[in-house]
Amino acid sequence: MISNKTTFWGYRRENGRAGVRNHVIILPVDDLANAACESVANNIKGAMAIPHPYGRLQFGADLELHFRTLIGTGSNPNVAAVVVIGIEEGWTQRVVDGIAKTGKPVTGFGIELHGDHDTILRASKVAKEYVQWSSELQRVECPINDLWVSTKCGESDTTSGCGSNPTVGNAFDKLEPLGVTLCFGETTEITGGEQIVADRCANGEVRERFMFMFDRYQEVIERHKTSDLTDSQPTKGNIAGGLTTIEEKALGNIQKIGKKCKVIGVIDKAEAPTGPGLWFMDSSSAAAEMVTLLAAAGYVVHLFPTGQGNVIGNPILPVVKLSANPRTVRTMSEHIDHDCSGLLQREKNLDQTGDELLDVMLRTCNGRLTAAEALGHREFVLTRLYESA
Amino acid sequence: MIHFVLHDPKDTVAVVVVEGVKAGQELTGWIMDEDRTISLKAQQDIPIGHKLALKDVKSGETIIKYGHDIGKAIADIKAGAHAHVHNIKTKRW
Repeated sequence: MISNKTTFWGYRRENGRAGVRNHVIILPVDDLANAACESVANNIKGAMAIPHPYGRLQFGADLELHFRTLIGTGSNPNVAAVVVIGIEEGWTQRVVDGIAKTGKPVTGFGIELHGDHDTILRASKVAKEYVQWSSELQRVECPINDLWVSTKCGESDTTSGCGSNPTVGNAFDKLEPLGVTLCFGETTEITGGEQIVADRCANGEVRERFMFMFDRYQEVIERHKTSDLTDSQPTKGNIAGGLTTIEEKALGNIQKIGKKCKVIGVIDKAEAPTGPGLWFMDSSSAAAEMVTLLAAAGYVVHLFPTGQGNVIGNPILPVVKLSANPRTVRTMSEHIDHDCSGLLQREKNLDQTGDELLDVMLRTCNGRLTAAEALGHREFVLTRLYESA
Repeated sequence: MIHFVLHDPKDTVAVVVVEGVKAGQELTGWIMDEDRTISLKAQQDIPIGHKLALKDVKSGETIIKYGHDIGKAIADIKAGAHAHVHNIKTKRW
């Protein structure tokens, strides 16, 4: 059982936050810098490149989100130090300056006027210093309320709503009173359960902002849809798993926020929460997109229930997977960190599976690699709001 | 053995939680919110994770799961029959 005496072993960062991983990342500002970043990570063992396909000719809110996501990723306390590489120095420096506010080591390189070779050489020298420096950092005992825990489910089926999602909900109900910072989201995937979430909002202001985000996303769907979204939401995998309508999927989805947690605030994509409690993040329901946004918001460990067997991971945010579907647990065991299928045979109750999940989560925070980490899943997917210029 | 589960006693559909349910099989269901069991005969083979109807449902009627509206029937569904995208549709979008 966890209590306010529970601790975990984390890395205390310069800004006071606690991380559970100690990555040195090589972060491209744009698609063009991926090759140089991957070369640096290949040269320097222990450094990790996180390539992505965007960062050119974006503008307005879409560009702001791009910067917020990259800066947030570098600023996450699971990251010890960052090398940033972009095609030119202006936007590169903007990312460096954003990450530098945390006080952690960060250096940027622009490729123009230098070329890949010279950039890779100089960036590799810095990355080597960072890797050797970070390898001497020690874990320290941290109180449970230093943890930031996020959730999002994927390849859900009907067992998600009966078993794995309520298991996360039970864990959240136990973490919230201890002052842990929590998050859920998936705006369209609340369709059919939006009034239940609205009724859980802590006050009228939060409720109004939640409904604003919900209605705004419904308008996006209405504007672009060419059908009732069958095969997209619910996905083909959801339907194969027995989920029939978005309402059914949503009512299962929101089991993740437990029976007691109040929603204390609403945050935009990749935006950092400002205090403990359960936050709603306006986001896509696509697994890698949302987990990337949660990592950028500063969450350090993620609880991911799956029904049919989503295999997602993230470069910097450990993704703890659980499933209540006995077939998935049997056929995809290498992806599952916590089997809660006993719930559906009445062999266990939610209180037990919730405690077991918290135990796996704390072991993960203390250093145990997740299935996704061991398998090398590093899905880093930036959310785009609209076309480039 | 629990063959299917439902959340709320008002639910009109329930989820099959074991593999290999066959037409004609007598099934045991668990009402999670009340922690009691019920029995029902399967009318069709139903895959794990898929739903069966708990009562006869007429086309157009609202389907209840978690005690809430999850869509409407687009065909008549017999108690014990497979309930999915071929006979249930969203009311949204």
